[in-house]
Amino acid sequence: MGVLTYMKKSKSLRREALQGTLFVLPAVIVIGIFVFISILFAIFISFHRVNLFTGYMEFIGLDNYMRIFSDTKSLRAFTNTATFVAVVVPIQTFLAMVMASVLNAQIKGRLQFRVIYFLPTLTSSAALTMIFMFLFSLTGPVNEIAMKIGLLDAPINFLKEAKVALQVIMAMNIWSTVPFFMTIYLAALQEIPKSIYEAAEVDGANAFQRFFYITIPQLKPITTFVLLMGIVGTFQMFDQAFIFSNGSGGPENSTLTVALLIYRNAFGQNNTMGYAAAMSIMLAAIIFIISFIAQKLNNSESMY
Amino acid sequence: MKKYVKPSLYLILIIYAAFTLFPFLWAVSGAFKSYKEITSGSMSIIPNDPTFNAFIKLFQMDDLFLRWVFNSFWLCTLGTIINVLLNSMAGYSLARLRFKGSQAVFYMILATIMVPGQVLLIPNYLIVKNLGLINSFGAILFPSAVNATYIFMMRQFFINFPKELEEAAAIDGLSRIGTFFRIAMPLAKVSISTQAVFIFLGFWNNFLQPKLYLQDPAKYTLTVGIQSMMSRYSGITQWDEVLAASVISLVPILIIYIVLNKYFMQSVRMDGEK
Repeated sequence: MGVLTYMKKSKSLRREALQGTLFVLPAVIVIGIFVFISILFAIFISFHRVNLFTGYMEFIGLDNYMRIFSDTKSLRAFTNTATFVAVVVPIQTFLAMVMASVLNAQIKGRLQFRVIYFLPTLTSSAALTMIFMFLFSLTGPVNEIAMKIGLLDAPINFLKEAKVALQVIMAMNIWSTVPFFMTIYLAALQEIPKSIYEAAEVDGANAFQRFFYITIPQLKPITTFVLLMGIVGTFQMFDQAFIFSNGSGGPENSTLTVALLIYRNAFGQNNTMGYAAAMSIMLAAIIFIISFIAQKLNNSESMY
Repeated sequence: MKKYVKPSLYLILIIYAAFTLFPFLWAVSGAFKSYKEITSGSMSIIPNDPTFNAFIKLFQMDDLFLRWVFNSFWLCTLGTIINVLLNSMAGYSLARLRFKGSQAVFYMILATIMVPGQVLLIPNYLIVKNLGLINSFGAILFPSAVNATYIFMMRQFFINFPKELEEAAAIDGLSRIGTFFRIAMPLAKVSISTQAVFIFLGFWNNFLQPKLYLQDPAKYTLTVGIQSMMSRYSGITQWDEVLAASVISLVPILIIYIVLNKYFMQSVRMDGEK
């Protein structure tokens, strides 16, 4: 390459570099401030006692982190959240996989079913929670139907009964998240070669055997992805619990999730913003560890 | 054995469809019932005495409801335009333009997809507060002006996209910015529509940020507004109004879903490991 063409090239390269930087700059600024600096800021705050309204701030070391283990409310919130994740994630993953497999069978009208199934994904958590609260209210359809068919003798106040409130939110969450994961599975199912199923059928495998010995193993990488998304989503469940309990986490703290407690501690009247930050970092650490374990477990399962 | 397979698959599909539709049907039916009929524990899904009362109350007697609808539209439209523009620019730059640190920036942006939003809530709030943005849409728009997932998606699109057209445009003397807006963006129509649909949906359904940042009821978005209706009459929920409002909040999304259905299916494939 001659010197002249090299110089020309280097000039255009410099120009390209400048343009490239300018194009990506807005994204870098926003992500830099609201993600990277924010993470450092959150860690910094978590070592302090902070009052949002007075601007009071004091370094207290690891006290906020220690407090998580002695505070009955936070222990309750972590237990509630863990229960929520442990119930919702397996059920939503399994249901999504089964429904996707059923849809993937060569059936007439599958497109229409898909359109219907996707509806919950489109609905805002606010509207959704309102509708479910109506369904489960004292004079709502669920109570009425359950009484008519003899499941219940007297209506249950699902919204105010500590024993069942979280279960209502679990049902609602499963109902609203399955369709999204189902669509992901459906896309993956279409990539599994038909010949595997045909060979199994020739060998006399029935529909259940084909599902357990071909579909589930073939979908493993997608299952890892769905599990991770499910774990990350359920651990941070906020909207539904907030709306359901009008922000209180009640009845009797039964719907108090970690995300809800973080919100209440951070933006309430007390000096607990730093404590809330410590809880959010703890939550993030738990999410990473559980995700890591789930991924390892799913990958190490023996191949059939 | 084999002849039972198809009917049983249909049975599963129909039962699940019934489960999916059940809440929506009750919500729509409740929106057209009188308050008295709803709370009387009526089992009939078809209203005995259909009425538009709830809708009339929302739009005529409640001076804020229409405002919330408008706020939601305005916020979602702005958010979508900003995101589409900035995400596409960033994706294009990372895919096409060579500059020092481009790789590092790419991995930096990619890594943020993994960060749980809860960690960012408190610091973001403090930053937004210091910028004086509390109680304005800027508080919501600023932190979510870009989205790492869609930057990634746009980069993947532009990487697989033939260079020749842009080179031809450059030879014809079109500037880089001109090339981006007049050649690259129009050709990325499908990817852009896909991200626009999902970004709009995300803003429309967002609850936490509007709840946290918007304090003045006249600034509320529809989601926060509906939630506020719940506790308005000292604990006695006006179910007819609440259900009507929920149904109304669904309508724009349903229209978008029906008209742009192919983009919804597209995007989910990209989010999966495809």
